[in-house]
Formats: sequence, structure tokens, C-alpha cells
Amino acid sequence: MIMRDPAAVACLAYIALIVLMAVCAPLIVRISGWDPYEFDQSAIDPDLGGIPLTGGGRGWGGISGEHWLGVEPGSGRDIFARIVYGARASMLIALAATLLTTVLGVVFGLLAGYFGGRTDMVISRVMEFLMAFPALIFMIAVLSALPADDRQYLLVVVISVFGWPYLARLIRAQTMSLKQREFVEAARASGASRAQIVFVEILPNLRSTILVMVTMAVPGYIGTEAGLSFLGVGLVPPNPSWGQMIASSVSWYSVVPAYFLVPGTFLALLVLAFMVLGDRVRAAVDPGGLL
Amino acid sequence: MTRYVVHRVGGMILVLFLVCLFTYMVFFLLSPDPAVQICGKNCTPERIDQIRENLGLDQPFLTQFLGFLGGLFTGREYGGGTSIIECPAPCLGYSFQTSQIVTDMLVQRLPVTAVVAIGAAVLWLTAGVIGGLVSAVREGRFADRFIAALTLGGMSIPNYVLALGLQYVFVVQLQWLPFPQAVPFADDPGQWFANFILPWTVLAIGYASSYTRLTRANVIDTLGENFVRTAKAKGLQPSLVWRRHALRPALTPVVTIAGMDFAGLLGGALITETVFGINGVGKLAADSITKNDQPVIMAVTLLAAFFVVVGNMVVDLLYSAIDPRVRAGAS
Repeated sequence: MIMRDPAAVACLAYIALIVLMAVCAPLIVRISGWDPYEFDQSAIDPDLGGIPLTGGGRGWGGISGEHWLGVEPGSGRDIFARIVYGARASMLIALAATLLTTVLGVVFGLLAGYFGGRTDMVISRVMEFLMAFPALIFMIAVLSALPADDRQYLLVVVISVFGWPYLARLIRAQTMSLKQREFVEAARASGASRAQIVFVEILPNLRSTILVMVTMAVPGYIGTEAGLSFLGVGLVPPNPSWGQMIASSVSWYSVVPAYFLVPGTFLALLVLAFMVLGDRVRAAVDPGGLL
Repeated sequence: MTRYVVHRVGGMILVLFLVCLFTYMVFFLLSPDPAVQICGKNCTPERIDQIRENLGLDQPFLTQFLGFLGGLFTGREYGGGTSIIECPAPCLGYSFQTSQIVTDMLVQRLPVTAVVAIGAAVLWLTAGVIGGLVSAVREGRFADRFIAALTLGGMSIPNYVLALGLQYVFVVQLQWLPFPQAVPFADDPGQWFANFILPWTVLAIGYASSYTRLTRANVIDTLGENFVRTAKAKGLQPSLVWRRHALRPALTPVVTIAGMDFAGLLGGALITETVFGINGVGKLAADSITKNDQPVIMAVTLLAAFFVVVGNMVVDLLYSAIDPRVRAGAS
């Protein structure tokens, strides 16, 4: 059904391309000939403060047969290689954060919704507290206070801690209405254990909610990771990341717009692709617009 | 109603206290020793101890936290011996890197951020409501689909990418707008206004997109309601049906969410202000992160939490005044 929608197919194709880039990064970089940390002094002009050389077969921003998407001003690092490795970082962080938030959100949502009472009260209070928190500012504050190495794990944890309540809230509400239904009552009457009821009877009915929320969460986390890296509290140089590339392009962008345009386009398109896909998935599984 | 208000205010104070405690704890546990930072080069262990004592950093966690809380309500003093710094209530700390009281730094910059936030809110509410109405009226036709495509784009583009893109096009290339620089409103209103056009747009565009969708969905829902059909059936003019019956129920949720989003705007202002070099609270936070000026970072976090929590409460109370079902559900 989704496959008949040209927009959705285009989005899926773009996402597949980026995932492929992320997975095969070392291979691709070997083909393109430059690794993301390698400096190429011959591609930049030392007399003009290190802006990429143009002319002589080189295009805008130093784009040439050798450097497919140009080079970084100042250092001459290959932008294509950094985009490929940056995709790896973005996707890994966004997917890991999505996985962790989904697990947390589903488990706590089910617990609160199914057991109710005191369990529900405690979980709901914690969720309210986390949602009242200025998440972005607090993430920045925490990350800035922590040491810079192994930032990727911290990023995942911090993003997930503030992300799960939004899914858990929905799961909780749906579980509360599902547990009143006849099939749950029938399962209980036939002697199913509580774990069986929750995981075998209720969880499968939440599939479409989870699917939609996951597709909508990934672009959010890609944006968050890039935003935090942009502000200098995410991935730190020399690790390539799209957000951090955009951040370092700020001081060059009036002279070398290509350096800003390349990662900016990749990032905006990736988020857009996930958003469109999420929208279509939602329309397919939830025509009434309840989610 | 009184009971409900008391209940909500109590909850709000608890959440604010927890945010304070949590933030303070994180900084206490995670951050590098501020005394070492303040001391800088040519530091001796004795001097570090001296600074620790002056700042009260040698005290146990609870004492320090209570000192901070006390400063919020009654003010406090920093330093010892001859150099005592008076920090009147509400004291949010003292920034040793800039030698300023944090509260003063925030108060100086808040008006600028308020201008950014209010301008953006006006823009996104106008655009969102008009866009949503147009989409709802032309449901399924070209205008609706065009607006839907625009909103998807608006929701996906990261705001700093948009900010840099717009600045490149309108300031560097076309030169329609001046390069942003601080101009007081009284000196040159035109230039002042021109400075804020791009920040307002950037901050507003994501919200405008989601408000368009929300308004559209609500209006379409309301138009399907029985009371609207009745109004139409009894021969009311279409414009009156819209004004008296359809718009109010459709827009109430939009305004409610606007209150909460407005309160949470400090996070978005951080990026926008940094990119455009606007000297507001957001830029202050970003600069303090670069300099690792912890009292300021913490104060901004608390201020942001304060806005979010108070904003949510005000919205809840207003909503419960309009819709009695909310009160019944809460108690």
C-alpha cells in the first residue's frame, strides 16, 4: 500500500541510500580515495586563508573528480568522506536513541496502563516531571559539564531519558482502554498469567501506534543530535558529524557556501524523508487520525 | 475551583523544587572543580583551598544546596574577608568568569529574548491559523495540498540550517536586509525591525507548520459537528456560522498549546540567537557553555524550567476555567 505512493517510495530510497552509506562507510571511502581525517593541502589556497581552490577542473567549493563534494576550507579534508562518516554517526545515534526510548516508553506505558493504581501514579508523576523539564537546555547543560570523550553514548542516554514519556503517555492511554476489552477478559478467564496478557494480548494491538511513533521519532533525534553537535556539545571534532560540519561552516559560509550547503542539504533531506514517510505510515495505519 | 488551584500550585512548586535539586546535583557531581578554573594559571594548592572556602565549595552538598535555595529567596553574600559581593534576592549565583551577578546578567538580556519570542509567536499564530483555515476550507484541493507540502518542509528543516540559508540568501547575496547589528529601537526603528525579521521567521516556521496542521484538523472536525449542521440548517449566513459556531471551539486548543509552546521557547531561542548574534538569554547560555561558566548555565536552565512549569500551570488554570470537565477529572 505504501509502495504505491511515489513520495513514500522516494523517501524510502533516500533513507536506504543514507543507511547504505552509513553501513559501508569504510568501503565507500576507499573507493572515493580520501579518508575523513586526511588533510589535503594541495586542494586549498594558503594565500587566501585556506579557501578551496577553484578553476582547473575544480568547481564550486573545490568540487572535482578527486574530491566529489569539495573540501573543507582551512584543512582540505574531503567533504564526501566526512558526510559518509557523519551519516554513520547520525544514524547510529538516532537509531540507538529511538530503540532505547521505544523500549522504555513501551515498558513503562504498559506498566502504568495495565496495573494502574500506585504504579500508574508513580510513573505518571515521573513522566510529568520529565516533560516539564526544559529538555534541550538541560541536555546542553549536562553534556557541557561532562567530559567530551565517548559523547555518543551520553547523547543516546540523555536524548532517551527525556524522550520516552511522549511514547509512554500514548501507550498508557491505549493500554487502559485495551484492558477493558472482551478478549483480555477472555484471556484472564482462561487462566493466562499477567505477563501473558500484557505481552501476548495487549502488546500486539499497540503495533501501529509504536510504528508511527518510531518513524516520527527518528527524524526528531537526527535533528537533536545535529543540533547538539552544532552547539558544540554533541560529537566533537575530529569526529565527523553533519551538525558539527554545519557549525564549522558558519565562519566560512559567505566565502564558501558549498561547505554549508552540502551537509545542510543532506540533513534537511534526511529529516524530511523520515517526516514524509512517518506521515504516510500514519495515514495508512490510522486513517481516522487518532494518533 | 479553589481546591483545584491550590492543588496545581502545590504541584508546580514541587516540580520547580525537584528541577532545582536535580540540576544542582548534576552540576555538583559532574562538573569539573570551579575553583581550579577560577584560579587559572600560576595556581597553588593553598589558593585553590582559599577559593573553595570563599565560595563555600568545601561544604557538604546539602549545605551548598540549601545556601543556593536560601539565596533565591533572601539573597546571600559571596566571598570573604575584604571582598564581599552582595547578591540580593532572587540570587541565582555569581559568575566568576565575568565577575557579575547572574541575576543581573539575565535581567539585562531578558527583554531582548522577549522581543524575539513575542515577535515569533505573533508570526506563527497568524500564519498557522490562516494557513489552517485556508487548508480546511479548501480541503483536498490544490491549496490544501500545497500548504500540506509546505508544512512538512517547515517541520523538517532544522532551524539553524534555515537560519544560515536565509541569512546567506537575503543578507549576503541579495542584500535586502542589513547585516545584523545591535541597534536600539529609539535610534532607528526601521533598522531595528529589519534585524529581527529573519530571527522571527526562523523561530516561527516550525511552530507555524504544526499549528497549520492542528488548526486544519480542528476546523474540519468542528465543521462536521451536529451544532454546526443545525446552524447551517436553520439558515444562518455562512459567515456567521463560521464566526459564531465553528471558529471558537476549533481555535481554543490552538491557543492553549500556544501558551505552552511560548513558555518553552527559550530552547529554540538559544539556537536562533546564536546564529544571528542577538544578545539575549539564549546567546548568553550558548556563550556560557563555550566558556564553561556553570552558574550561568544553571541559572538559564532553572529560568527555562520556571517558564515551562508556570506556563503549563497558567494554561491549565485558564483551560479549567473554560472547561469544567478538566477540574472534575483532576480531583
